[in-house]
Amino acid sequence: MSEAPLLAVGDLDAFYGDFQALFGLSMEVRPGEAIAVIGANGAGKSTLLKTIAGLLPARPEAIVFGGTPIGGMPAHAVAARGIALVPEGRGLFSSLSVEENLMIGGQLNRSGPWNLQRIYQLFPGLAERRHLPSTALSGGQQQMVAIARGLMSNPKLLLCDEISLGLAPIVVREIYARLPAILAEGISLILVEQDVVQALKATQRVYCLQEGRVALTGAAKDLTHEAIAAAYFGV
Amino acid sequence: MTDWINVILQGILVGGLYAMFAAGLSLIFGVMRLVNIAHGDLIVLAAYVALVTTETLGVGPLVSLIIVVPLMAAIGYLLQRAVLNRTLGEDLLPPLLVTFGLSVIIQNGLLTLFTADDRKLDAGHIEVATYRLFDGVYIGALPLLQFVVAIAVIAALQFIFYRTALGRAFRATADNPAVARLMGLDNRHVFALAMALSLAVVAIAGVFLAIRANFDPSIGPARLIFGFEAVIIGGLGSLWGTFAGGLVLGVAQAVGAHINPGWQILAGHVAFLVILAVRPEGLFPRIRT
Repeated sequence: MSEAPLLAVGDLDAFYGDFQALFGLSMEVRPGEAIAVIGANGAGKSTLLKTIAGLLPARPEAIVFGGTPIGGMPAHAVAARGIALVPEGRGLFSSLSVEENLMIGGQLNRSGPWNLQRIYQLFPGLAERRHLPSTALSGGQQQMVAIARGLMSNPKLLLCDEISLGLAPIVVREIYARLPAILAEGISLILVEQDVVQALKATQRVYCLQEGRVALTGAAKDLTHEAIAAAYFGV
Repeated sequence: MTDWINVILQGILVGGLYAMFAAGLSLIFGVMRLVNIAHGDLIVLAAYVALVTTETLGVGPLVSLIIVVPLMAAIGYLLQRAVLNRTLGEDLLPPLLVTFGLSVIIQNGLLTLFTADDRKLDAGHIEVATYRLFDGVYIGALPLLQFVVAIAVIAALQFIFYRTALGRAFRATADNPAVARLMGLDNRHVFALAMALSLAVVAIAGVFLAIRANFDPSIGPARLIFGFEAVIIGGLGSLWGTFAGGLVLGVAQAVGAHINPGWQILAGHVAFLVILAVRPEGLFPRIRT
């Protein structure tokens, strides 16, 4: 804990209307760190990412990014500060081509390592399909577009929501194989996953959520299968 | 024979004006799913703004566009930021009600300021100049100019939509507003820019409308109907389709009027209903998935 955290979530409550989804949740992410957020359906994982990204309201001090309170800030302002969310279900712009999707990601003009050329080096499959409508791609390639679109804003913190959802295991492995190259640029990562094994392999620390609270946290390599199972299912 | 050629030619040229009525309407619906009931009244408002501009500055109506276009665009931006953005959401009804109210406000505001008297903009010599195509077939300089401007407007919108960063932002926000926000696009600003662009087109349409014929504060709703019909005939979401829709409507009205002067408006509505019955998706629909 020597380094100041890039992102500090403290005592965060989040609501959908009257329904409370997060209860006094706290977590932090240090610069360059990759952490996994796991948990059963409805545990609040996606809610956590949406709240950080500014899509759901929060107290300002509940989310501090780079020393600045950003809780409840509009999503476009959060994005401008360097947080990119790869949304669950990818959320590609269907009437835009692959390259146009990437250009929308890059329209904030934040400086950094990622541009179209670097993206196409990381995902060569996208380069040859760049003029196709984004919906013409396979699910795995669409997920790559979604990640690449997030990277195009050169974020300091990348939030990935269920990037393995609905994809074949071999495709999931292919996507996870690109994460080290992304992390090598010094970016921080929060990975929300159902696929616990993949998530543990790709990250250093884990938060396991249960019913909107942190049930378990620790270094990915120290957590036993039993401990995770207990936190996951609340048994 | 030349009689009919003249009629159809007139219809096509007037169709350009209808295409301009429709383009702004179509743009707003495409970007933010807002049906602007006040669209026709905004066209009439633009005509009055042009009237005031020509009278106070002593310039011709075409020159007044230099002032009317940016002014209407600014009104559009502010209207969207101050009022219409607050009505947008899952429900399509609030924007309908609010723009309907806006329509009433504009009509009555104009009535109070300018009375119900007919007005017209005087564009001078160009209004009566004609070109002879061949024996018996003539084209008026003003309708021709109006048609060329309509093509330029549609081409410019097409370019903005598909070749510029602004157009990408419009299309992305239309596809998925929440994700567009994650990409750093401020919906409120993007929507306001779309409304500004729409009212810039409205300004051009309003000035041509006001040169072409008499206008008074009550004629907005009919322009709205013509615009709607052109959009639906052409097919939602396609700008050149909207242009074609304007031409179909213009020709139908001209043909109707030629058969019986009382049938002008009716013939346009009939053409619209026939196309709605035969091809409900319009002539050139753009498939959106």
